[in-house]
Amino acid sequence: MRYMTAQSASAAAMALAEEPGKSRVLAGGTDLLVQMKAGNLTVDLVVDIKHIPGIRDIVPEAGGFRIGAAVANAELREHAGVCQQWPGVIEAAGLIGSTQVQGRSTIAGNLCNGSPAADSVPALVAADAVVRVAGPDGTHDVPVLDIPAGPGKTTLNKAQIVTSILLPARPARSGDAYLRFIPRTEMDIAVASAAVNLTLDATGTVTAARVALGAVAPKVVLVEAAAKAIIGTKLEDAALSALAQACEAACNPIDDKRGTIAFRTSTAGVLARRAAKIAYDRAQGSANAGASK
Amino acid sequence: MALDQAKREFRQVGTRPNRPDGVDKVTGRAQYGADMTAPGMLTGAILRSPHAHARIVSIDTSAAEAIAGVRAVVTGVDFTPQEDNFLRDVQENCMARDKALYDGHAVAAVAATSPAIAKAALKAIKVVYEVLPHVTDVDAAVKPGAPIVQAGRALENVPAGMSENVTNACEFGHGDLDAGFAKADLVIERSFKTAATHQGYIEPHACLASFTADGKADLWCCTQGQFFVRTLCSAIIGMEASQLRVTPSEIGGGFGGKTTVFIEPVALALSKKSGRPVKIVMTRDEVFKATGPTVSSSMDVRIGMTKDGRITAGEANLRYSGGAFPCGTCDMGAQAAFAAYDVEAVRTYGWNALTNRPKEAAYRAPGAPQAIYAVESVVDELCQKLGLDPLAVRLKNAAHKGTLSSYGPTFNEIGLEATLEAAKAHPHYTAPLGPNQGRGLSCGFWFNFGGNTCVSLNINTDGTVGVTEGNPDIGGSRASISLMAAEELGIPYENIRTIVADTNSLGYNDVTDGSRVTFSVGLATIKAARDAIAKMKARAARFWGIDEEAVDWVDGAAVPAGPNAGKFPPLTLAEIAATSPQTGGPIAGHYEVNVDGAGVSFGVHLVDVEVDPETGATKVLRYTVFQDAGKAVHPDYVEGQMQGGAVQGIGWALNEEYIYGADGRLQNPGFLDYRIPVASDLPNIETVILEIPNPGHPYGVRGVGETPIVPPLAAIANAVSRAAGVRLTELPMSPPRILKALKG
Ligand SMILES: Cc1cc2nc3c(=O)[nH]c(=O)nc-3n(C[C@H](O)[C@H](O)[C@H](O)COP(=O)(O)OP(=O)(O)OC[C@H]3O[C@@H](n4cnc5c(N)ncnc54)[C@H](O)[C@@H]3O)c2cc1C
Repeated sequence: MRYMTAQSASAAAMALAEEPGKSRVLAGGTDLLVQMKAGNLTVDLVVDIKHIPGIRDIVPEAGGFRIGAAVANAELREHAGVCQQWPGVIEAAGLIGSTQVQGRSTIAGNLCNGSPAADSVPALVAADAVVRVAGPDGTHDVPVLDIPAGPGKTTLNKAQIVTSILLPARPARSGDAYLRFIPRTEMDIAVASAAVNLTLDATGTVTAARVALGAVAPKVVLVEAAAKAIIGTKLEDAALSALAQACEAACNPIDDKRGTIAFRTSTAGVLARRAAKIAYDRAQGSANAGASK
Repeated sequence: MALDQAKREFRQVGTRPNRPDGVDKVTGRAQYGADMTAPGMLTGAILRSPHAHARIVSIDTSAAEAIAGVRAVVTGVDFTPQEDNFLRDVQENCMARDKALYDGHAVAAVAATSPAIAKAALKAIKVVYEVLPHVTDVDAAVKPGAPIVQAGRALENVPAGMSENVTNACEFGHGDLDAGFAKADLVIERSFKTAATHQGYIEPHACLASFTADGKADLWCCTQGQFFVRTLCSAIIGMEASQLRVTPSEIGGGFGGKTTVFIEPVALALSKKSGRPVKIVMTRDEVFKATGPTVSSSMDVRIGMTKDGRITAGEANLRYSGGAFPCGTCDMGAQAAFAAYDVEAVRTYGWNALTNRPKEAAYRAPGAPQAIYAVESVVDELCQKLGLDPLAVRLKNAAHKGTLSSYGPTFNEIGLEATLEAAKAHPHYTAPLGPNQGRGLSCGFWFNFGGNTCVSLNINTDGTVGVTEGNPDIGGSRASISLMAAEELGIPYENIRTIVADTNSLGYNDVTDGSRVTFSVGLATIKAARDAIAKMKARAARFWGIDEEAVDWVDGAAVPAGPNAGKFPPLTLAEIAATSPQTGGPIAGHYEVNVDGAGVSFGVHLVDVEVDPETGATKVLRYTVFQDAGKAVHPDYVEGQMQGGAVQGIGWALNEEYIYGADGRLQNPGFLDYRIPVASDLPNIETVILEIPNPGHPYGVRGVGETPIVPPLAAIANAVSRAAGVRLTELPMSPPRILKALKG
């Protein structure tokens, strides 16, 4: 196995493109090294991207934030601007692993690992984040929803790397939230999860919403019917029930050692309902915070 | 050996000094099983069956042997067949012979000059399997037509006509059941199931074996019993016990799971064949697949109660499976099931059925948590249905001194009533509960054990003392033993060093199990100290020119027994020790005994939980453990046992389970999907120690290591059932299972 420290995104992409065998990008390594140690994966080339200039930076951009692909979750969580604007994304990223894992793991790695249960992904999808992808033929931007392709799979080709993720600007009176269900309180994999991102008008009516579910289908699900169920409402009980029902209808989970189909489905609805309420309160809080400035 | 006197004033016993092994452990210096190395050492690795049940048609090791760096390959045929059933089972569990009996069963092993070469060698071994139908569920295993795991293994007392998988049977109890049930106002019968769980010790099994050309061998390993390891390995390898020296390492948890051998005979065989030291360290995956979890169980319990809460009769049928080999754990479950109660008519039946799962090993109070979970669940439901206070009902029926126990003996001094009274008086019992919350209660019981014990206590010439004992320290026992030696000798705790010795240093010591160490080794240490004191008194008597009987031992010094004995200033231990080379040579105390009189131990657990009605998730809000310790020698470590048992029980009750797929393979051999509780899952576990002296120990000590894991399953099931408003009858009570029950 060869290990290479890339000095630029294009150098990384070139090396990956030229490797005839199996290659992998290394960010925090909290998925990759575990898979290699367990003997589930043998690779010929590992390309470490952490030394690419700028890849560990968080930069304000067009009212939002561009997060470098090698920003550790622990650093992300300490960024006051992102915390204030995208509390749901932050709480999702903050759930990944333990303190030690937080010091290494990245949201880009979480996304590129391709797990249907990845915690930050539903929150990024609800946020409508945009992923910047670099490859031998240059750089382009892709909606985050288009990256996952199924368990352990992404739409990236072997020479493409994610260099950053953009969390967009957002209107006033917006809030997001993420909840996952695990049988324990830590160190576990989501059995079902839900992220809700919404915007209110001055009367407290939802004007825009995105609802995404994790761990209930081969990849993250953006549930448009769930968003529709709450747009134009103030999250009255009927709206929340409709939201939960739409989420349940969007589930296509597996029955496995971590949870049954029935459990995953009903829990996805419960979590979406609870996350929507939190997002709603945050949106109102952000409006109040704005008003007092 | 009887209790010295009921009201002894202790000076050191009952204090909480630092444990002697603490600094080494927190600084990373302690030597665990995997830390042993030897020059020229090879890496041993084991090939394991991917099938739940398969005939081994052939094993071709030639390609593996041809790999440069591979020094030895062994398979089942390299081990001498054993006559004795017990030894044969242990051996075949370490290395399969004709059949692979479970997913992960060892079929071959290699020793190589590097881990990578060992891994490559395993890949090069060609095993031809004839896959056989398998069975992993205890109820399925006893049905007609079930695959037979091993034929002809039923003991004589198993009734004819049962499935050939049924190997063990037992029955306990007394009284007229029909008459008893006839007196009841309400009879409830329920069936329960519990999943197999693993002890979950953090340190994987590890050993280093070194065979010399002249047939001697040394084995360093992580074990709860070096002497038993010697017995098993010398028999399996075919060597005299004297030629095998076993030295135990520090141990990173055992809980009963390290009371037998898995890799040790394999490492010895590889070392013998290669002529080089061989080290084997299990991976976590191997620990889960191929060491000994608990039995899995399926149980029926029927109990009758009068309107005012008197239990009139109780009956339990316990079907346990200890995996692919016969297992007597059902005996202990059947004995423990109703032990907390004074009942006129009681009967328990236990069965063991073979399944294609790893061979059960002990896990704290083996067999009792399951049985008591079933019994205490039914008692709780009776209390609910009859509108009775569950604690009052337990008190009303509690076993006490003179009770004919459900398993035969008549109880001596026991602490159950006092423990229940303590729970009743505790603020926890009457604290208010919120919505979706429930409070559960359960009694628990364990026999405790004494056993073969041998201790040496050496008086050093500088006035310090070395205690040499033979039981690996899995819970702070070196601290407790030092405390008892200090108490007896009258010198400071810091002046004593207690070590756990190899098999050549002492006579046979039984395994660290049965909650026996603080009790038995403590007893032997007290006796060894008294032996040394007698010798020191003799030296003083000679020095003073008076009779030995005229010398007393007070506060660490020999003193004349009274005014008639003469007027001499005290001779301290240090003074007697310093002059010992001139007064007859070294002074040492010894004691060897097969200890009786391990007092049984009762505990009561009280727990509050909250169940999320929408997801079935359970949160443990408050937990209090009440237990009779006889005498808490080092209260920290008694509390540690109580808390640890509660925590392991919380895991067992809520999330831990061996999950087998339809293919008979274990699906969760790792800590990600085998969910032991993490710190944030737990409230602080409160503890209340009671001290009702054990008449069988000089200081009144009872074993405390196992009782704490007995009540939690039932206590939590009762709390969850009350919170959820529906009776749960299967463990673990994982969220999907609770949600399903809630939705009816
Ligand atoms: C103890 C533990 C607990 C965990 N808990 C959680 C949890 O609660 N929730 C959760 O979602 N995950 C959890 N994980 C998984 C893991 O930590 C996360 O998925 C993490 O976000 C991965 O980030 P990383 O930077 O470490 O990725 P890496 O391991 O470096 O990479 C993961 C995969 O993505 C690829 N990759 C990484 N970066 C890029 C890039 N920029 N471009 C292209 N491909 C890339 C790699 O080649 C690899 O295939 C846990 C892991 C451990 C070890």
